[in-house]
Amino acid sequence: MKKTKSMTLNFGPQHPAAHGVLRLILELEGEIVEKADPHIGLLHRGTEKLIENKTYTQALPYFDRLDYVAPMNQEHAFALATEKLLKIEVPIRAKYIRVIFCEIGRILSHILNVTTQALDVGALTPSLWGFEERETLMTFYERASGSRLHANYFRTGGVHKDLPTKLVEDIGKFCETFPKIIDDLEDLLTENRIFKQRNVDIGLVSKKDALDHSFTGVMLRGSGVPWDLRKSQPYECYQDLKFKIPIGKNGDCYDRYLCRIEEMRESIKIIKQCIESLPKGPIKTVDGKISPPNRDDLKQSMEALIHHFKLFTEGFRVPAGNVYSAVEAPKGEFGVYLISDGSNRPYRCKIRAPGFSHLQAMDYLIKGHMLADVPAVLGSLDIVFGEVDR
Amino acid sequence: MIKEKLDKVEKLVNSELSSKISGSEIVFEELLFKTSTNEIIDVIKFLKLDERLKFKQLIDIAAIDYPNEEKRFELVYLLLSIENNLRAKISIRLETNEKTQSIVKIFPSANWMEREIFDMYGIKFINHPDLRRILTDYNFKGHPLRKDFPLTGFNEVRYSEKEKKVIYEPVKLEQNYRNFDFSSPWEGTKYLKEIKQTNKK
Repeated sequence: MKKTKSMTLNFGPQHPAAHGVLRLILELEGEIVEKADPHIGLLHRGTEKLIENKTYTQALPYFDRLDYVAPMNQEHAFALATEKLLKIEVPIRAKYIRVIFCEIGRILSHILNVTTQALDVGALTPSLWGFEERETLMTFYERASGSRLHANYFRTGGVHKDLPTKLVEDIGKFCETFPKIIDDLEDLLTENRIFKQRNVDIGLVSKKDALDHSFTGVMLRGSGVPWDLRKSQPYECYQDLKFKIPIGKNGDCYDRYLCRIEEMRESIKIIKQCIESLPKGPIKTVDGKISPPNRDDLKQSMEALIHHFKLFTEGFRVPAGNVYSAVEAPKGEFGVYLISDGSNRPYRCKIRAPGFSHLQAMDYLIKGHMLADVPAVLGSLDIVFGEVDR
Repeated sequence: MIKEKLDKVEKLVNSELSSKISGSEIVFEELLFKTSTNEIIDVIKFLKLDERLKFKQLIDIAAIDYPNEEKRFELVYLLLSIENNLRAKISIRLETNEKTQSIVKIFPSANWMEREIFDMYGIKFINHPDLRRILTDYNFKGHPLRKDFPLTGFNEVRYSEKEKKVIYEPVKLEQNYRNFDFSSPWEGTKYLKEIKQTNKK
């Protein structure tokens, strides 16, 4: 018998199917992957270190740059953590606005993931269709916050600005047309023979392993664990909304794809409910020591002017303590472990990114699969390097 | 509701592991146990395997640096029990060069989390299968999240047209990073406070 030597293959750091800058060292036995060693950190920007040197207001925009596919969901976790430390309640209208934009973020992320997963296994059209919708959604972001991606919209104590009048209407219209697009995407993929061949029974995760590997979000639900923070530890106004949590059965790439598709439909339902019952009222806490005064007051009130100046130079002080607050981001549990020493800057801000634990399991997931399955598994993990490398 | 559940868990763990837990508290509806390096494996194993607790998921491990304290580092393990819908934090303190036990055998996902802590803080984990740097550059020196590591770092990278490769140089800034410290107006600036105090006297 001929002796064979295993081959080491360097996948990345620049590879179209790596969804960013990932360097995977693959040990191959023929076409079978024996071992995968992901090298990450190529997009490391020292977010946590930077946050320690900024005020709470200045720290917030860094969260947009983590998972840049769904920026507002990240801000949300940080805003919730500071609000918990400050013990302030967010006005009801702000809660609804936050939920609307979190769900828009979820759709943004899932469209990107579903369509690029399809792209990775050879289908080009879904991404062309999907990105058009993402553009519409990002316009909503822009109309609310002023920027398409790095929104900096969820401030401590509420949201930055109230929604323009016509925006809510337009989001409502989008909710009417978007389900049709999901149907179209499903027509292309769900029963597609090639798509199924590439995804069914690939990257199987059992319930126990999903828990052991700290999987959260779709990665966990795909394996049949009914766990969603929006239901189980509801924050904002999720307890008042009606929605379902889609659960997978087999824990393979295909189930995770189906979960994401269903989650988009549920998100649409949530947005619709929020728009129907969007309450009127203030959009940020009225406490002048935390949220900046509005523009008109600046011209009239001396006190408002002082507040404004101090809030944007010194920032507000947060009482000492440590809290962990997590949100159900599109990719899984995104958490912020925030430690304050009573000053105007976070003493420590540990960011718990779901993608970090998911990518870690790459070796476990890919062992024994073919080389061609690497992009399929990687696609279904929903990796964004902004949050993995931080 | 959550408060009662947490009270129950706190009591249970304290009674079962009374010798291993050195303190516990519930703040902001979050449960925190304090323990030591020697006991961490037993405590985490108990929390994971006990039929009543089932903290089966390790959410994250966070390290914190307190350079002025005797035990400089703190590690906080964040656990989640899906069955009981509860979270728990376990904290241990470490001295500067003290090593601690790795929990990779209990939670495989601790692997990268511990690597990250080693990378960022230089804390070593005994019995870790593969303790390499993870987020920083190849050949990086120092541990960036320690409080005594400068924000701007030591080296910068650029592509050199002359040498036709990427080169490392010491950081050169046109203007140093400026750290403005605004004292709080609600309390008055420092010199005003001093005047006030002397007036009182």
